[in-house]
Amino acid sequence: MLRFILGLVGLGFVGVLLISFFVTTADYFSNPPEPTAEEEFHHHAKELHLASDGPFGQFDEKQLQRGFQVYKEVCAACHGLSLVAFRDLEALGYNEAEVKAIADQWAIQVPTTNEETGETATRKALPADRFPSPYPNEIAARAANNNAFPPDLSLITKARHGGAAYIYSLLTGYEKQQSAELVRKFPAAKTPQGLYYNPYFPNLNLAMPPPITTNGQVTYAPGNPPPTVDQIAKDVTAFLVWTAEPKLENRHRAGLAVAIFLLIATIIAYLAYRNIWATHKAKVRVTGPLEPQNIAKSQIAKDQEGVAG
Amino acid sequence: MATQASAEGTDRAAGTEVRRRDFLNVAAVSFAGIGVVAVTIPLISQMNPPADVLALAEVEVDISKIQTGQAIKTVWRKQPVFIRNLTPQEIQAANAVPLGELRDPETLAGRTKPGKANWLITLGVCTHLGCVPLGVGEGENRGPFGGYFCPCHGSAYDTAARIRTGPAPTNLVVPEYEFVSDTLVRIGAGGTA
Amino acid sequence: MSFAWAKPYEPKSAFGRWIDARLPLPRLVYGAVGGGYPVPRNLNYWWNFGVLAGVFLTIQIVTGIVLAMWYYSSVDGAFNSVEHIMRDVNAGWALRYIHMNGASFFFIVTYIHIFRGIYYGSYKAPRELVWMLGLVIYLLMMATAFMGYVLPWGQMSYWGAQVITGFFSAFPLVGEPLRIWLLGGYAPDQATLTRFFSLHYLLPFVIAGVVILHIWALHIPGSSNPTGVDIKEERDTLPFHPFYTAKDGWFGAAVLLVFALFTYFAPNFLGHPDNYIPANPLATPAEIVPEWYFWPFYAILRAFTVDFILPAKLWGVLAMFASILLLFFLPWLDNSAVRSGSYRPLFKRFFWILVVNLILLGWAGGRAATPVVIAVSQLATAYYFAHFLIILPLISKFERPLPLPDSISTSALHGERSETAPAGITRPSATTATPAE
Repeated sequence: MLRFILGLVGLGFVGVLLISFFVTTADYFSNPPEPTAEEEFHHHAKELHLASDGPFGQFDEKQLQRGFQVYKEVCAACHGLSLVAFRDLEALGYNEAEVKAIADQWAIQVPTTNEETGETATRKALPADRFPSPYPNEIAARAANNNAFPPDLSLITKARHGGAAYIYSLLTGYEKQQSAELVRKFPAAKTPQGLYYNPYFPNLNLAMPPPITTNGQVTYAPGNPPPTVDQIAKDVTAFLVWTAEPKLENRHRAGLAVAIFLLIATIIAYLAYRNIWATHKAKVRVTGPLEPQNIAKSQIAKDQEGVAG
Repeated sequence: MATQASAEGTDRAAGTEVRRRDFLNVAAVSFAGIGVVAVTIPLISQMNPPADVLALAEVEVDISKIQTGQAIKTVWRKQPVFIRNLTPQEIQAANAVPLGELRDPETLAGRTKPGKANWLITLGVCTHLGCVPLGVGEGENRGPFGGYFCPCHGSAYDTAARIRTGPAPTNLVVPEYEFVSDTLVRIGAGGTA
Repeated sequence: MSFAWAKPYEPKSAFGRWIDARLPLPRLVYGAVGGGYPVPRNLNYWWNFGVLAGVFLTIQIVTGIVLAMWYYSSVDGAFNSVEHIMRDVNAGWALRYIHMNGASFFFIVTYIHIFRGIYYGSYKAPRELVWMLGLVIYLLMMATAFMGYVLPWGQMSYWGAQVITGFFSAFPLVGEPLRIWLLGGYAPDQATLTRFFSLHYLLPFVIAGVVILHIWALHIPGSSNPTGVDIKEERDTLPFHPFYTAKDGWFGAAVLLVFALFTYFAPNFLGHPDNYIPANPLATPAEIVPEWYFWPFYAILRAFTVDFILPAKLWGVLAMFASILLLFFLPWLDNSAVRSGSYRPLFKRFFWILVVNLILLGWAGGRAATPVVIAVSQLATAYYFAHFLIILPLISKFERPLPLPDSISTSALHGERSETAPAGITRPSATTATPAE
């Protein structure tokens, strides 16, 4: 009785699903989905290789310093880095005094309270401070940016599909103009006033103007590679990988140690297991005779013996 | 292992087998033990102060506005710090006490910086059980010795913040600090207090 | 426990006897996972995953307790407190990544454990309650994992909470008040986050309690085995310790190695990038997908697109709950006397179709809802219900199982009785004896 009722319930669900399936397919064929501009013109992220890639990857300190310089000179005016503190920059190879100077000279000051009047005020940043936001709040940020909100960059390489490669592609992927084909096929996707066409951006049209436009836009200290657009984009991407995952090097080192330890432990535990089972397992094999077809065979053999006897 | 086994003599084969098995089992269990111990290290060390708390280990305090005879409370490592500008009478009173009478013998000069004997900087934490003593604010009870007085259990400190009566075992702690200039003090500089 | 030949606990020292007379905890442990619990000698590696699930539950509880020392359950502070753990707390990044990936691995080993139970008929008499308690654990795990995913208060956290509590609004009349009651407001907010944190901390201990019941119920009939034949005599079994502790030990180390590779070298592989964006109640992510272990259920939810008598939304929610609840009836839906799928040719085929079907459902649930994805999830969901509610009862009626071995030992020893030594007596064996010289 229980099984009969449950069977009916099952038939009910299956029936509704089959109806839904026919509706879905009929709808698909009678009314096929139109291709969208994003489907046809969106590009997958370019390939990007950084020193921090792979299980043994470690940061390239010099590159991170260059990337920080790019952030400071190009990005920081609009994009915050609110989860990173100035003191963290010591990981980039700056010493305590340099970090202090960087914090002290940072263009944006830290909001504080005037100790005597209680009014809001600002003060110079200290190493213990996190990077102050360029705007006091989202409304101010939108007001200053044509109603677009520049996202905080602390976690950006972990917060986007494609990660670092996507950021690098976006920075280098702006195109002056949409192709004639796109405009002809998808008039609605034409880049509106105040937006910029970038096929690596999921929506194709992006509010951020191209941030890195010319070779030499940032001047690197002697001994560094020439600041081409590509190099600048790569450096700032490497820096943003660090801001998103500052413990990456610790993680890779600890992971290697843990993996080696567990590998040895697995081997030793396996040998111990073999030893403990050695005597008792002598004739007990789960495979082989236990396999149903072997049992079936032995059954047949037994039956035949019975006939012969 | 093999040489040991041949030295054993008669019951060699069985002996080797038993010992090899023991060795492997002991090794496997030891590895499990090492693993468990290794895992407890981060589980315990995570309770230590995190990097952002350690980064706040230094504070700079402007002392230009503290008049002679006044004191302020400031905060260092989330603990109160008393900064007092001693009057000449208070300095005199502190120096007049014979060291032999003190529970925790220290001179005022040993508790201040050379040439800045009027600047007494101590933690505002009673060394008995951690209450904040009175005596900084205007009109607060400064106790029988004119320094600080802890209301919790009645410890009285003198003008050099040394323990005189009551249950506290030692003088109020002087943190590590340095004068950046005549009007700016950096507390916590120069390592641990 | 209930085997005549199970070795009784004998305390070795005077202290052991003293304790045993007062608090026989060592006796309990000995009988449960020690030398006093006889286990079928022919278990294969699929039987290791129950212990592994216990290991991952322990990992989750331990790392969870220390993470809770740093986490703030406030809508303004939650996201930043997680990043504070990742950046500033000593070894915080490791603890958090272990907890994050530990949840996924807990589900991986639990799914394998469940499928082992389905294939080998472990849910059949006399182990129906073992199976049902296991399902209770699974339901509690789903609730715990869902609430845990909300805690970082990222975009996926927030919208996951919104969508999943939205299920309840599908029910007529009580639905909307129920949803508001669950959230403590009209949308996920502070009240939601705080109560989810409270329950996320509580439920693992409830799970641990039900795990004890699950093991207790298991120890009455004892473990099943790949032949599904009952234990008949002592030589069918081996004591749990040292044999299965050793086997669990090495296999556990191997699985932990795989776990470590994910945790340390691809910690975000199983996660979603949008959860690194702080929650924004005014902007929905382009696609909302739950964590991978919920994908099949998400596909079932989305498969219903037609208002047939009931609204499509209600069908989806009912089907999603039914898809789990029907498993409680599994011992009665499949009433073939043969337990093990190895001796059931027809059952075996449909079992593998079910596995493929569930992978298909998972695939469909993890992707954006295009017509093709929806059509696949509709067919796969239909098969899911048909498999359990229609096909399985029919198979158990019409299938002709293969002949079963008389006992575990005869099957394993190929009838060569003379060669066997009773379990527990050590015999030198040709394959392992060390040459004297």
